[in-house]
Amino acid sequence: MRRVVLTGAGTLNPLGHDTAQSFAALKRGHCAIGPLTCRDVDRLSIRVGAEITGYDPQAHFTRAQLTGLDRFSQIALIAAREAVAQAGLVLSDAARLRAGVILGTAGGGNLTVDDNYRNVYEEGKNRVHPLVVPRLMHNAATAHLSMEFGLKGPGLTVSTACASANHAMGQALQVLRAGQADVMLTGGSEAMLCFGGIKAWEGLRVMSRDTCRPFSRDRSGMVQGEGGAVFVFETLEHATARGAEILAEVAGFGMSSDAGDIVMPDRDGPVRAMQAALADAGLAPEAVDYVNAHGTGTAANDRIEAQALRIVMGDHLDRLPVSSTKSMHGHLIGGTSAVELLAGLMAIREGVIAPTMNFSEPDPEIVLDVVPNEARAGKVDVVMSNAFAFGGLNAVLMLKRFT
Amino acid sequence: MERKLIEERVIAIIAEQAMIEPAEITLTCRLADLGIDSLGLVECIFSIEEAFNIAVPFNANTPEQPGFDLSSVGAIISEVEKLVARQAA
Repeated sequence: MRRVVLTGAGTLNPLGHDTAQSFAALKRGHCAIGPLTCRDVDRLSIRVGAEITGYDPQAHFTRAQLTGLDRFSQIALIAAREAVAQAGLVLSDAARLRAGVILGTAGGGNLTVDDNYRNVYEEGKNRVHPLVVPRLMHNAATAHLSMEFGLKGPGLTVSTACASANHAMGQALQVLRAGQADVMLTGGSEAMLCFGGIKAWEGLRVMSRDTCRPFSRDRSGMVQGEGGAVFVFETLEHATARGAEILAEVAGFGMSSDAGDIVMPDRDGPVRAMQAALADAGLAPEAVDYVNAHGTGTAANDRIEAQALRIVMGDHLDRLPVSSTKSMHGHLIGGTSAVELLAGLMAIREGVIAPTMNFSEPDPEIVLDVVPNEARAGKVDVVMSNAFAFGGLNAVLMLKRFT
Repeated sequence: MERKLIEERVIAIIAEQAMIEPAEITLTCRLADLGIDSLGLVECIFSIEEAFNIAVPFNANTPEQPGFDLSSVGAIISEVEKLVARQAA
C-alpha cells in the first residue's frame, strides 16, 4: 500500500491567521471565544462565538474575486495558499492531472444563503446577485482551490456535519493510497456565524451562553466558531521524489455509523471508528500518545466520548493525554477536525500538547487526563484525532511521526 | 390566562409528543415515563414557547435545570403559569 505523508499546513481560524499564530495560541491556551458581532445579534439568545478577527478579505482577494467567494471559500483559499507555499509544491502540467482537492464543509455558503434569504423574504426584493448559487454551493471551496492551483485530478466535497473535514481527509488518504492521484489538498472550512446559522443551532438547546468547557463538570454546551485548515497530503514516493520536507505521516483512518439517533451520541459507533483507525494504521492502542477529542462541551458528548475512549484504550487511557481544543477555537462544525489536526501536528512537530481550557472541576463520570488549562511538553509520535457528527457518522484520523 | 387553560394546552402538547391521549396524562407524570426522550423534551419546550409566546430558560446540558422545573407535568404547568403571568405584568 502506498504510504501517505503530510507536507504542508495552512489555516485561518479564530486562533490565528496562519499555522504559526495558531500554534502559538494553542500553546498559550488562548480562548478566542467572545461576543458575536453578526447582524441582529440582539435577537439571538446565544451571543457568544469564536469569530476570526482582524481579517480583511480585500488584502487577499480582488473585488472581482470576492463577488464570487463566500467566506467559507475565502478561508479555504487562504489556508490552501499557506499549505502549498509551505510544501513548496510546484507542479508540472502533467503532475497537475494527478493532483486534486477534497474538502469538508457542513453548511457551505451559509452566509450567502442568510444574506440572500434576508433580501428576498425580509426586504421583499425580487432579484438576487447572479453569483448566489456558485457562492453558496457546498463544492465552491473545492472548486476554487482546484482553479487557483490548476489541480485537475479528483475533486469532491464531503458534508457530514461536524465530522466533514475528517471524512474529507480520510477520503484524500484513500484516493492517494488507491493510486488515483499523487498529491491532494484536503481539510475543511466553515463560516456560519450569522443570524440564521446561530438561530438554527439555538433550537437544539445545546449551546452554551458563556463559554466552552469540555469535560468539566460545569460544562454548559458547545460554542460555535468559524474557520478552517487545509493540508497537502501526498504519496511518500511523490514527496521523496521532489525532496519535500515531510511533516508527518497520515497513518490511518477509520469511520463508522451509529445507526441510532439523529442527534444523541452513541458509545459503540465512536468505539468502532477509533478501532478501525488504529487497525488501518497498524497500531496498538498503547502506541497512541495524544488524542485530540471531539470534546464539544455538551453534557452527552463528553461523557460518552470518555466511555468510548476507555473501551478502546483500556488501562492505557490512564497515561494518555486527551484534550479538546474546541475550548479555544470553538466548534468550527464542518471545518473543525481540520483545525484540530493542527493540534496533532503541533504535538508531533513541536512536542507540545494543547490544553483543554476553561476547565474548572472534574466530572466524576469522566476519568480522563484532559491536560487542563495549561499546555504540556511531551514527546508525541502518534496522534488520534476524533470527530463524531450528528447523524451518528464518525471519522477518526491517525497522524504519526514520519520515520 | 387561567390555570385550567394553561393546563389543557400544556397537556395537549405533551400528549402529542408522547403520541398518547391527553386523558392518559396526570399532573404527577414524568416526561421520561411517557417515553419522551431528550430531543422530544426540546420539541415540547419549543411547542410551549410557541403556544404561550414565552421564552423557557432551558439548556439540555444542565440536567438539574435551575431555571425551570421539569420534574413532572404539574411542575411544568406551574412554571409555564409563572412565565405567562410575568409576560402579562
